[in-house]
This record gives sequence, C-alpha cells and structure tokens, in this order.
Amino acid sequence: MAKKQIKGWDYSPAPESTSHIDLKKRYDLYINGEWVKPSSKKYFKTINPANEELLAEVAHANEKDVDKAVKAARKAYEEVWSKTSPSERAKYIFRIARLMQERSREFAVIESLDAGKTIRESRDVDVPLAANHFFYNAGWADKLEFAFPNRKVEPLGVAGQIIPWNFPLLMAAWKIAPALATGNTVVLKPAETTPLTALKLAEVIHDAGLPPGVVNIVTGYGDTGAAIVNHDDVDKIAFTGSTGVGKIIQKAVSGTNKKTTLELGGKSANIIMDDAPLDQAVEGIINGIFFNQGHVCCAGSRLFVQESVYDTVIEKLKHRMDSLIVGDPLDKNTDIGAINSKEQLDIINGYIKIGKDEGAEMYQSKCDIPGSGFYCRPTLVLNVAQSSKLVQEEIFGPVLAIQTFRTVDEVIQKANNTPFGLAAGVWTDKGSRIFNLTTKLRAGVVWANTYNKFDPSSPFGGYKESGFGREGGLHGLEGYLKMN
Amino acid sequence: MERLEVLKTYKIYIGGKFPRTESARYYSPKNAKGQALGNICLSSRKDVRNAVVAARKAVGGWSERAAFNRSQILYRIAEMLEGRRAQFIDELIFQGATKAAAEKEVNLAIDRLIYYAGWCDKYVQVLSSVNPVSSAHFNFSTYEATGVVGVIAGQKTSLIDLVSIVAPVIAGGNSCVVIANENLPLCSVTFSEVLNSSDVPGGVVNILTGKQAEMIPALTTHMDVNAIAYCGNDSATLATIQENAVGNLKRVRAYDKNWMDAKSQDLYLISDFQEVKTTWHPIENIGGATSSY
Repeated sequence: MAKKQIKGWDYSPAPESTSHIDLKKRYDLYINGEWVKPSSKKYFKTINPANEELLAEVAHANEKDVDKAVKAARKAYEEVWSKTSPSERAKYIFRIARLMQERSREFAVIESLDAGKTIRESRDVDVPLAANHFFYNAGWADKLEFAFPNRKVEPLGVAGQIIPWNFPLLMAAWKIAPALATGNTVVLKPAETTPLTALKLAEVIHDAGLPPGVVNIVTGYGDTGAAIVNHDDVDKIAFTGSTGVGKIIQKAVSGTNKKTTLELGGKSANIIMDDAPLDQAVEGIINGIFFNQGHVCCAGSRLFVQESVYDTVIEKLKHRMDSLIVGDPLDKNTDIGAINSKEQLDIINGYIKIGKDEGAEMYQSKCDIPGSGFYCRPTLVLNVAQSSKLVQEEIFGPVLAIQTFRTVDEVIQKANNTPFGLAAGVWTDKGSRIFNLTTKLRAGVVWANTYNKFDPSSPFGGYKESGFGREGGLHGLEGYLKMN
Repeated sequence: MERLEVLKTYKIYIGGKFPRTESARYYSPKNAKGQALGNICLSSRKDVRNAVVAARKAVGGWSERAAFNRSQILYRIAEMLEGRRAQFIDELIFQGATKAAAEKEVNLAIDRLIYYAGWCDKYVQVLSSVNPVSSAHFNFSTYEATGVVGVIAGQKTSLIDLVSIVAPVIAGGNSCVVIANENLPLCSVTFSEVLNSSDVPGGVVNILTGKQAEMIPALTTHMDVNAIAYCGNDSATLATIQENAVGNLKRVRAYDKNWMDAKSQDLYLISDFQEVKTTWHPIENIGGATSSY
C-alpha cells in the first residue's frame, strides 16, 4: 500500500459549467400559483458557501405570508385537490417527476452552488433520487386502499413541511411527493441557507400545471417555520432537522390535533467485524461519514472496529482519507465540498476543539483547502471515550469518532448506548451475523456491507430521539393519512 | 358458628412480585352504595420508577421471544381468566355493575385476549414489506417493539378497559407500566394475579393503583419510557402528557374508545406501539447468469 501520494499527478480542474442555469436575482414567495412579494418586505441573501459570493435574494415570509399560504392551501384542498380523482392526482405527480428529470442538470448545479455539496453527489444522488421519489409516490395516489388492510384512508388536509439544508431538493421531494399522492395540499419552508432548488421546484410544479395553492413554497428563517407550526389551520407538521428543534415543534403541537412526523438527528454506529472485506469496509466508512461533508442525519459518525483488525483498518482509512480532494463543489473531481454555512463550520470547529482539549488522538488529512469559503478537513478522533461529547452528540460534519470492541455483544451494547436511533451499518462476510446484529441494533435503518443508501421504496426514519414516522415506501404514506 | 371471612389485601404488581406500595399509603374508593372497596395501595412516584426499571429489564427477553410463544402465553392468560370468571364477576358487581353487564365484560375480556393471542405471530406478516430497491440489496421493513410503554388505563370500567390496551401492547413484544382505574381498581389487582399464573415473565406487565394525577407526571416524564397509551377523553390531561413526552420523544397514542364495543379491537392497536426497521442486505452479483432458462 503506497503511503505517499505521487507528486505531480494532481488532477486538472474539471468544473461543471454554470452557463445553462437560470437564476433570478430575487425570489418572491410561491403562493397560490403566483410569485408574491412578502408582506414583511424583507429579503435575505443566499450565498455560495464555496466562495461566499451572493447567489440571490430570497423573500423572508412572516406570519401574514404564512397565513396567506395556508389559506391558499386550504382553499385548494377544499375546492380542487380533494375533488381531483386519484388517478389524475397521480398524473400530476408523474409530470413533476419528468420535468425534474428534464431539468436535472440545472437542478444539480444550483444545488451544488447553494448547498456546497459536490456536483458528483448532487448530479448522481440528490437530483435523481428526488425525481424518483415523485415517480414512486405518484403511483400510490390511486392505490391507497391496498396499503392499509381493513382501513379506509383519507387525506389530512393541509400539510406544513419544514426541511433542512443538507439535502434541500431531495428533502422537498421526500415531503411533497407523499403529501400530494395521499391527497393533501402543502405549505413548504426550505432552509434559509438553501432555498434555491425548492424555488426552482416551484417553477417545475407551476410548469406541470398543478392547480394553484396545492403546493406553496414560503422561504424564511426559524420564525417562518414557527408560524407554520403554530398556524391553527395546518393539519400536519412534517419536520426534518435537529432533535433540539424537533422537540420544540413537538411541544408546540401538544394539545392540538396536528399529526406530526419528525426525522431528527442521529449518531449512527458503523460496525466493522474482523471478517469484513476490509477495503470495501473502508470505502463504506468514508462514504458513511464524509458523504455530503458529513451533513447527513444518518451519517456513520461513530465507528466501531473489532480490535483484531483495528490497526489495519485505521492504516487503510488514513491512507484513503489522504487521497480525498476537498475543494470546489462544482469540480467533478471533488470528493468533499464546502461546509454549508459559516455557522455550521463554527459548530464543527467547536467540536474539534473539544476533542483537542479532551486530549483525544486526532488525525486530519493534509489536503489543501481553498482560501475563501467554508471548508473542513476530514477528521478522525481515535480512542475516544464513550462519555465524550464527540461520541454522544451529533456534529453534522466530517468528524468521525472511533472506538473499538471485542465481542458482538459488546458492540451491540455500545452501539445502542445513545439517545438516538436513526441508522447503523454492519460490515461482515457472514450473513447470519448480519441478521444477528441488524435485529439487535435499535435503529430505523440498518445497512449491511453498505452505507448511506437510499431508495424511494425504502422507508426511512428513526427510533427513540431520532424521531418518529417513516418517509419513503409504503410506510411513508401513513403520516399523511387519516385512518378510518 | 358462622365462619369468619378472610379479607383480601390488594397489592400492586411490579416485576412479577406483589408488593404493597413503598410509600405504605392507601386510599379507599367506595362503590355506589358507599361501601369501601378495600384499602387500595396509593402508589407513589417511586413505585412508578421501580415499575419502569422492572419493565425495562423485561422488555429485551419478551420482545425476543418467538412470536408463537408470545401467542401461547396470551392464550394462557385467557385460560386463566376463564377459570376465574366468578371472582371477576363478583368484583365487578361489588364495584357497581349489574350481573349481566359484569358477565358480558368478563366474557369480552377473555375473547379479546384470544383475539390478540392470534395476532402475535401474524401482524408482522401482514404489515411488513419487501422493498424493491434499485440496487443489489435485499431490502425489507419489519416491525419491532417500541420498548417500555406507559399505559393510562380507561376509567369507565375495570377489566375490559385494562385488558383492551394491555393485550395489544404486549402482543407486540413491549413491556408496560399500567396506571389502573383509579376508582374501580379491584379487577386490575386481580388481573395481575391472572398474569402471574400465566407464564407472562415478571416485569412485562406492571400494574399500579392510586391517583392518576400523582402518577401520570412521573410516568410521562420518565426518560426510560418509550411510549404512552392514554385511554381517556380529558383534553387537558392529554395535552400535559404530550408536553411531558417531549423530553425523550415518547410516542403518545390517545384512545377515546368504548372498549365494551366488539369493534374496538384492532390490528393497528398493535402497530401503534411498533417501530419500523428497514434492513439493507447485500446480494452478491458477480457472474452473468440469469434466472431465465
């Protein structure tokens, strides 16, 4: 195994062109099928985290704007959408999927610009998966009676949806597609640092001819989200984000009839057994924690390596990590893009400092990082105690806490010793061992010999404080339906 | 000479044992005629915590039992209840029910246990899915118990209100801590004796008598309780429970049902206390052979 990188064999820049994208200087709110100015009269800036340049100004919706959006959604629900036949509803959703595919490159480039994620990921993961979610859910619209045996189902009404900045378009798709398929209308708020692809999605939805008010997109900060959560005429809150905010939302809806689904934080265990195919496992560790700069709720941020293979795995891991390219998200060679925002970079650096202060053994790759923009070197924290904040708390960045274990029982106990329960990974050559581990890990999604795989037909969601409800698959429909 | 009757001491049920409350307190609810039903344990917050510890200890073993075995044990509870029909009918009548209503309630409770006994090894089959993902993975979603469930039993009547919620909760592999009917507690206590003689492992069901207002906060804020089943229609109580549950994101389910209604039993009462787990298992895909011939 070559430990040194060969000098002089650097990759030439291979930037994706931004010439074919169509971005307005200023975006208003998409309410009732129209672009309307915010009654707050306020706009905020969304920047490219890779170079801190301005991309566009976006409307900051206040309570009045949210009220307008909810009223439009209610009217569309009562007068149009609930009277549209399920098979016609399906065709609208199919149409949205197709239009997204047709404009996939534009979506991918804007996603990379606004979120800092690599073009490789936005092109190959985010955008196709987002379109596929519409495709998958479209077909459910006229088949709901098959999904829940012995029950008659009906839509809830108006769904308020609040999504995070890590997968801006994909999360919008995860939320909007099942809501529409089940016959609900939508008020969606994208995250303040990444509103652009949701606004582009509004264009697609508009082009698809969806009746006005069925989908409304309101941009803004936490106060905009709170206005949705607290609005009396919203029947459903779907939230993806941190456990802290999830709890605030759950508290706010206590005593109301609002149905909630919460997809929250995680501190997922990625477990390497001694019989695992180690090179493949190392790729899985890298993908588990460095995919999307570690801004992944199900990131494999706690690595458990069986003691007998620990030295080998760490050596291979460091070697592989050193070859990762951190830099321009639009460059097709880039492995790790920009951290989503200055705020998030500060949070990550805060945790790295805690690790250093605690005297943890740290390893950071020696790669170059750009001078401007928000970047963080991939970081390993070795031999870290179970009690450390770096093991207990979600960092949401490219920081991997590594622990060891001897027996299967030990690693099950350690892996489950967290208030979270979103995901887990297991690496072993033995099928029976996979099932032993996967049945005992208290997590909603368990990957065996793979990590961070997603599919529209595969339900996603957590146990314990990682939230409740599922998104994707048949089970993802339930959160948007009344069962009679 | 007339024989002196032996009176029963009503106890609570924690971890398969029958202690009196650690607080050594009691209360005496009365029936409509003004007769005291007994010196009932006035359980404390500490009793709630002890019960949660017992429930946590029991849940791993119970949820990992074969579904078939759980089914047999639920059936055994029904058998034991059948054998004690007369005692339950007497207690229900003493608490104020007519003879006909008491008989109906006991019969329904027995039948309801049989209903859920039958579900134990079927709900996973009915609700699970194999998901046709695009990559080379065998991907399936199945159901696992949520964990420790706090049950606030209905207050309309004594036996069916208890059985109707405990049965689906434990059929799904959960353990539970039950706050029994406050004013009509006799059958809950006697039902714990049925559970104790039915091969239900200690700690799977724990039953506490006493004041709801005192125990609900302790149960619904407890960080080692995973879900709450609230049977009742008091919106203020429900709102408080929902707020308390936020601390560790307990799943809160509220039921305002007439459990005497035959239609109040349901598969979805089981799935309300389940978590969906999705597993991605790799499929080796090396050669070029296909399954067509």
